[in-house]
Amino acid sequence: MHFAVLTVVAVFITCGVYLLLDRTLLRVIIGLGLLSNGVNLALLASGGLGAGAAPILGHGSAAIVDPLPQALILTAIVIGFGVTALMLTLAFASYQSQLSDDLEDLHGRLDDE
Amino acid sequence: MMNNLCVLPVVIPMAAGVLLILTHARPVVSRAIAISANILSLGVALALVETVRADGIQLLAFGNWPAPFGIVFTVDMLSALMVAVTMVVSTATLLFASVSLDDRLEKNFFYPLFQFLLMGVNGAFLTGDLFNLFVWFEVLLVSSYGLMALGSQGYQLQETFKYLVVNALSSALFLIGIALVYGATGTLNMADLVFKFPALAESGMAGVIAVIFLVVFGIKGALFPLYVWLPRAYYGPPTVISGLFGGLLTKVGVYALFRTVTLFFAPSSSFVLPLLSFVAGATMLLGVLGALSQWDFKRILSYHIVSQIGYMIMGLAIYTPLALAGGIFYIIHHILVKTSLFLVAGAVEKRYGTTNLRALGGAADGSPLLATLFMFAGLALAGAPPLSGFVAKFMLLRSGLEAANHVIVAISIVVSFLTLYSMMKIYRYAFWREEAETAIVVPGEPVRTFAIASLVTLSLVLGLGGALLLPYVEIAAAQLLDPAAWGTAVLEARVR
Repeated sequence: MHFAVLTVVAVFITCGVYLLLDRTLLRVIIGLGLLSNGVNLALLASGGLGAGAAPILGHGSAAIVDPLPQALILTAIVIGFGVTALMLTLAFASYQSQLSDDLEDLHGRLDDE
Repeated sequence: MMNNLCVLPVVIPMAAGVLLILTHARPVVSRAIAISANILSLGVALALVETVRADGIQLLAFGNWPAPFGIVFTVDMLSALMVAVTMVVSTATLLFASVSLDDRLEKNFFYPLFQFLLMGVNGAFLTGDLFNLFVWFEVLLVSSYGLMALGSQGYQLQETFKYLVVNALSSALFLIGIALVYGATGTLNMADLVFKFPALAESGMAGVIAVIFLVVFGIKGALFPLYVWLPRAYYGPPTVISGLFGGLLTKVGVYALFRTVTLFFAPSSSFVLPLLSFVAGATMLLGVLGALSQWDFKRILSYHIVSQIGYMIMGLAIYTPLALAGGIFYIIHHILVKTSLFLVAGAVEKRYGTTNLRALGGAADGSPLLATLFMFAGLALAGAPPLSGFVAKFMLLRSGLEAANHVIVAISIVVSFLTLYSMMKIYRYAFWREEAETAIVVPGEPVRTFAIASLVTLSLVLGLGGALLLPYVEIAAAQLLDPAAWGTAVLEARVR
């Protein structure tokens, strides 16, 4: 189970980094999205992946799952969502002012020195 | 000891920020609210410093959940000093901004973003929980993205995008580090980690986690070789915003390094301090060499931020009481002086419409007071007596010699001279020569000069009266070097 989850984490992060190195702004954003999903899965794995009851007091057996990583992931997802929205806005504004979303194309165009 | 004062430096900016969103269309009201909120937080921060000096470490457990189960704010001397100096420079910056920014930018949510940035910075200084530290970093970063893109010029948008991508990547790494820490120890409370982290040294996990966090805070604090994002990003926004960023933002990364290295990494991994020593030397040298090749007021100052961060890390790397005290003194000195230098650049830009040294000239004729203030701030940056930089550098050099770390001492002396050269270059081209023809008189100059003068005066006071601040930084260094006492104080605090 751990191995399977960690493989998925590795695939997500690898694809994320590959897209991050692309010159197109949109692919960079998608890459960061993949990267943060991989990281969220890693957070999930950090709490242990055993089976257990929901952690509600008075309900269920002695074996409960650790709720903390889920709270952490929820926070991380919300933050990632906000940052992605901001990134899309920036990329769009940048495209509108430069009429290109290719970093190679943009390179040096706006240097004032 | 439980104290509600701990959370006020976060709550006041948050409340002010929310209020300022409502009043964003009325600059006059917004200025009044923002400046009074800042002065209020400054008062709280100074009270916090005095409380910590008198009664030791203060903390606040949210929802009355004691550490390590709930999130706690822990305030030792380092946190309190950082919050205090943050509020000092942000108040001066706000004063400067209120008479310098375009009406359009002011109405475009400058004041709310500014307050939310302060909330994030203060939260990062005060928290005692690793995941909470990540959240405060995100709060301050998201506000800084907004401020950096304020005005939406093409160059700004492009550089903000890069800045955002670099920081999003380092945040992802931060989360991986947090996942590893939690998986290996089962806790994220820093006080609890003080006792549980050293057990990881045997399996080698401690070293892996240390490297990940060094990279994360190295990116956020602009250390060698991860500083390349900084100079271009800080050139884009209006100068007053660059000044705030240059003074504060990278120092949050440096603070996080001081905190985590002294609490966990240095006691558990022997490679951390030699590595930091090398990084400190390389950061100083490459930063100053970058500055030498530039011909723009703001770009030179941006490269000097990088170079100066090397000195702070040098204090951390030498790791003696004197060195840490020197490093903390240096952070405080740097925040004051670097912000005042950027504000001088902003005042010059207001008057002549550019920060390009080749187009500037004769600013000393136009405003002799500004030239004097720049001279003092520049000398302080280079470390000339009797200004604050001298005291900080003296402490660092002396501790370096005592620790027989001669290479880093030699590098830091060479870098000081190169810094002086760089400041002379700005002085010569921007303030001497014939006055540039573009000079115009812009209203608000007395307020701008007052904001700069207050920071420079503080630098002078800390230089002539270094003994005033010295007891405080010595307490901070002593607390940092005794993590077990810090951890016990936090874990055993009685919840009311």
